[in-house]
Amino acid sequence: MALFALRRLLLSIPLLIGITFVSYVVISLAPGGPLDFLTPEDPNASPEVTERLIKEFGLDRPIHVQYWEWLKRAVRLDFGRSFLPDGRPVLVKIGERLPVTLFLNLIEMAIIVGLAVPIGVLSATRQHSLYDKITTMFVFVGFATPDFWLALLLMILFGVQLGWLPISGLRSLNWEYLSFWQQQWDFFSHLILPIVVATFGGLAGFSRYMRQSMLEVVRQDYVQTARAKGLSERTVISKHALRNALLPVVTILALALPGLIGGSVIIESIFAIPGMGQLMVQSVFSRDYPVVMGNLVIVATLTLVANLVADITYGLVDPRIRFGGRRGRR
Amino acid sequence: MPRRRARVRSLLAVIGGLTLATACNSSVDTRAEDPATAGTPAYGDTFIQASIGDIGGLIPSLTSDQSSHEVGGLIYDGLIKLDKDLNMAPAMAESWTYSPDCLDLTFKLRKDVKWHDGHPFTADDVVFTYQTMINPKTPAPFKEGFLLVKDVQAPDPYTVRVRYDKPYARAVETWGTYILPKHLLQSFADAGTLRESPQNSRPIGTGPYRFQEWKPGEKVVLTANPDYFEGRPYLSRIVYRVIPSQATIFLELKAQGVDYVSTLTGMQYSRQTEYPAFRKAYNKFRYPASDYTFLGFNLKDPRFADRRVREAFAHAINKQELIDGVRLGLAREANGPIRPGTWAYTEKVEHYDYDPEKAKALLAEAGWKDRDGDGVVEDKDGKPFTLTIRTNQGNDERKKIAEITQQRLKEVGINADIQLIEWAAFIKEFVKPRRFEVVVLGLGTGTDPDQFVVWHSSQRGPDQMNRTGYANPEVDALLEAGRSSCVQSERVRSYHRIQEILAHDLPMIFLYFRDALPVVASRIHGVSPAPAGILYNFDEWYVPKTQQRYTSG
Amino acid sequence: MAGPAPRGEIRVFWRTFSRNQLAVGGGVVVLILVTLAVLAPVLAPWDPNRPDTKKILNAPSRSHWLGTDPLGRDVLSRVLYGSRVSLAVGFVSVGIAAAIGVLLGAAAGYHGGMVDNIVMRLVDLMLVFPRFFLLLAVLAFLKPSIWTIMTVIGLTGWMGVARLVRAEFLTLREREFVIWSESVGAGALRIIFRHILPNAVAPILVAMTLGIPAAILTEAGLSFLGLGVQPPYATWGNILNDGRDYIEIAWWLTLYPGLAILVTVLSYNLVGEGIRDALDPRLRQSRVGRVVRLGR
Repeated sequence: MALFALRRLLLSIPLLIGITFVSYVVISLAPGGPLDFLTPEDPNASPEVTERLIKEFGLDRPIHVQYWEWLKRAVRLDFGRSFLPDGRPVLVKIGERLPVTLFLNLIEMAIIVGLAVPIGVLSATRQHSLYDKITTMFVFVGFATPDFWLALLLMILFGVQLGWLPISGLRSLNWEYLSFWQQQWDFFSHLILPIVVATFGGLAGFSRYMRQSMLEVVRQDYVQTARAKGLSERTVISKHALRNALLPVVTILALALPGLIGGSVIIESIFAIPGMGQLMVQSVFSRDYPVVMGNLVIVATLTLVANLVADITYGLVDPRIRFGGRRGRR
Repeated sequence: MPRRRARVRSLLAVIGGLTLATACNSSVDTRAEDPATAGTPAYGDTFIQASIGDIGGLIPSLTSDQSSHEVGGLIYDGLIKLDKDLNMAPAMAESWTYSPDCLDLTFKLRKDVKWHDGHPFTADDVVFTYQTMINPKTPAPFKEGFLLVKDVQAPDPYTVRVRYDKPYARAVETWGTYILPKHLLQSFADAGTLRESPQNSRPIGTGPYRFQEWKPGEKVVLTANPDYFEGRPYLSRIVYRVIPSQATIFLELKAQGVDYVSTLTGMQYSRQTEYPAFRKAYNKFRYPASDYTFLGFNLKDPRFADRRVREAFAHAINKQELIDGVRLGLAREANGPIRPGTWAYTEKVEHYDYDPEKAKALLAEAGWKDRDGDGVVEDKDGKPFTLTIRTNQGNDERKKIAEITQQRLKEVGINADIQLIEWAAFIKEFVKPRRFEVVVLGLGTGTDPDQFVVWHSSQRGPDQMNRTGYANPEVDALLEAGRSSCVQSERVRSYHRIQEILAHDLPMIFLYFRDALPVVASRIHGVSPAPAGILYNFDEWYVPKTQQRYTSG
Repeated sequence: MAGPAPRGEIRVFWRTFSRNQLAVGGGVVVLILVTLAVLAPVLAPWDPNRPDTKKILNAPSRSHWLGTDPLGRDVLSRVLYGSRVSLAVGFVSVGIAAAIGVLLGAAAGYHGGMVDNIVMRLVDLMLVFPRFFLLLAVLAFLKPSIWTIMTVIGLTGWMGVARLVRAEFLTLREREFVIWSESVGAGALRIIFRHILPNAVAPILVAMTLGIPAAILTEAGLSFLGLGVQPPYATWGNILNDGRDYIEIAWWLTLYPGLAILVTVLSYNLVGEGIRDALDPRLRQSRVGRVVRLGR
């Protein structure tokens, strides 16, 4: 098992390098460059600045050389400074955004899982009942609703017309003047709308998956056996079926992790939340290569780690699966 | 006393503003202040402004984004500033004089200006700023004005003498730029590490507001400078909130989360802010802005080399329809690159009416007829007239212009499709290398009518601004003449003639100069629209004690 | 030797499926939508792309059932034409994704070893790449048009199908009948097509049907951000985008295209789920049946 983990870790390194190299090439080749923002469309801008900046950013050298330079520093966790005029270190810029995105996404994930599991399980055990049908519809409507649409509708309703909730940012402007508890409520109230919008959509997929998984498990032999042994339905479900039905959920969680760290661009932009998604979009649009690369490395690394953790957990929990052998006869 | 003079000035501005407003046919919304009913000026309150992009840094000399220039404009000062009529007025310089040959410009500086850290401001700072701007290690985007200077000297701590090789009309204007503190930045400027200096995160300037805080991606906070040489500003605190989405900014405005928006869109102004609650909480203003939108031809394209084709386009388009559709009427037709109402403007130039029949006739003259009855004109070899209208993504106005124009061109037999391209790619791949046929873009005209960089034949390189590739020796000579005089009455003649020629040559179709449509919270008094806009007297805005909303800082 | 689904199985499938009211409802709606899309040029009362500045943002009325947009164009006509784009994007991008997925999944599952490794690494790579970054970067490269959108969505969505196909291969490979066929000397392709793929068809079909609404939503999202099809052509996402700034004075621009997306995506999902439910038990049964039939 440890061997498996080690092997995967080692394999991840070339994967990471591959990802970063491909990304660097892609973003460099994309038309336009960082200088198109620093030397703007204005009759007064001076053209000789371009040459100076090209040298400073090292853009006059061939791509693989640029990449190599970047890699050498990245290994030492030095991601350089942003190309934008504020010139701040990349890690600082990311460090400002990551906690916000992580926090939001974790809460969202927790809510989704917390709601999806019971909904899915109930749906499965009462398959084809009215409850099942209603929840199905509700959950599907959630999945089919474009999140940007919902966001705008809710903002208009709760923010402007009813005035109950703030519509953008993370904190009110007079935050420093509020008492401790008022501050907590203020922060919380800013998060309500973005979280509602985000969970509404995610709930559908998850609870569906849960239902599916539960349905499969319930048909298995060992569940029939448990029933035949005379155990109460409740015990059958919660002790035997549920545990096995949760396994695929773990896989899905792992697959959802990259999104967790990446941040949702649309939601962040509509609600003016300074998170990772926004940072990524802005840096791609302004061709701020150091920030793009730094962002990518962090997301990619965390994702690979998350995948590994998911696989290991899955293996630990389900003794039937043994990795590395294709000949497992069972 | 400065206050009284300011009050009289603002009264005149009110009258001037109203006259200008009515003369320009604008709506009655230019509600300016009636001094009799205004509350008493009081210190205090916080002014909240939305900013669509985070600032790029706190040394605006190094940045090109609007947000950092807005913030920088309050933290730093220049030697001169613009008054409400767009004339030069004293700021940190009390007065200035030109030598008769227009080559020597001498500024006499005020003696009572201090940096925010208490250090006195002197001519050394001015010389330092100049040296820093021309230093090749300084990554400043706007150097041109300084590069034309021959040298700068400080014969005494409060006198600056600038010398030019050739008369440069915009000389005085150049010195309205941000003056940087020598005592804090000398070493960084020499090493070329200005962007990493503490100044870029905790700036010290001489302006009416001091820097307090910058939370990147969230807000910038400024507080009033009590030692400001023109007197402490009334509004105690200014907060710029970063809200990256226009839609959200507008929603925040409606929810009264911001006090000022620099401009509404035409639709917002006329249709979305007309309900009672809004009109009670805010005042809307309207004045002509100084940027124009145009449809630019690539004059290298052989089809557009024929002037008749360009004229046909001009007749095929209905400018009023564009103004109505895109700005809801809140713009004025443009027939040249100089803003109506400024001293160099003339309207005695050729106009092209909307006349599709004439357009078709001109096209036919130029050899483009519909030879096969498919609704599209072809040349004598049967090649149809198709083109792509390109503009940048993210600009709703330009997109609508493209769509309406596409339809109108279709009616005269020209088949156009539209491409919206992401800004960086658009500039790099299409505009700079002149790989386009027709583009929809805008240009800012600035305060001085000199447009050498846009129209002179020497400016047609890939990184230069003569995008259409226009070259006319007569215009070249006029541009040079206009630039090298410092006497307005002489320059006027050159610029009038330039406008005549451009209107005839049609290197681009000038569409409109939009109206700026700012909105200010109604509790804020002292706002009076003028040709310069409304921000020119920002440090005189105030909120009466009883209406103050946020605890003062 | 068992071939592709025998007639009896189709009947079983149909019976299970038709008992599922939601799925059938969804199916009916899908058929209606497809018909509307195909007949759009006939049904649309106005030219969807023709601006008319005298009719900007008119509320729904007798002449314009769904109102007009910021350039005075009829919303109903634009929604109808938009449905064509949504459907095309849905089908084509999912088709592309499925094709890539099947090819790569089959290669990985069948050959195993090095090929499998490469493909799985590729899947990991694609999954780790932040999707939006990829979309942005690619769209910066290529001219935004309907084809690039479809290709990009297809290129970023094949991983699920590939894994499914590979999994099917892995399980079925081990079955005796495959080994038996190999020993008799049947060619690789024959095995793939006659034995393995038919069993994989079911999950692939489900994945595809569920992929269509996802593709439609992605396209709407991209159009909403302004990265979609070029103007003046209408798609549901860009009608929403056009109306985004006027939501409180022109609710029809937001309501109708949003509803259209909702109804379409919902219907496809219901159908997809119905198919999956109907196939699942059948699948289980037939697998067992096959092993038995091959005479253990």
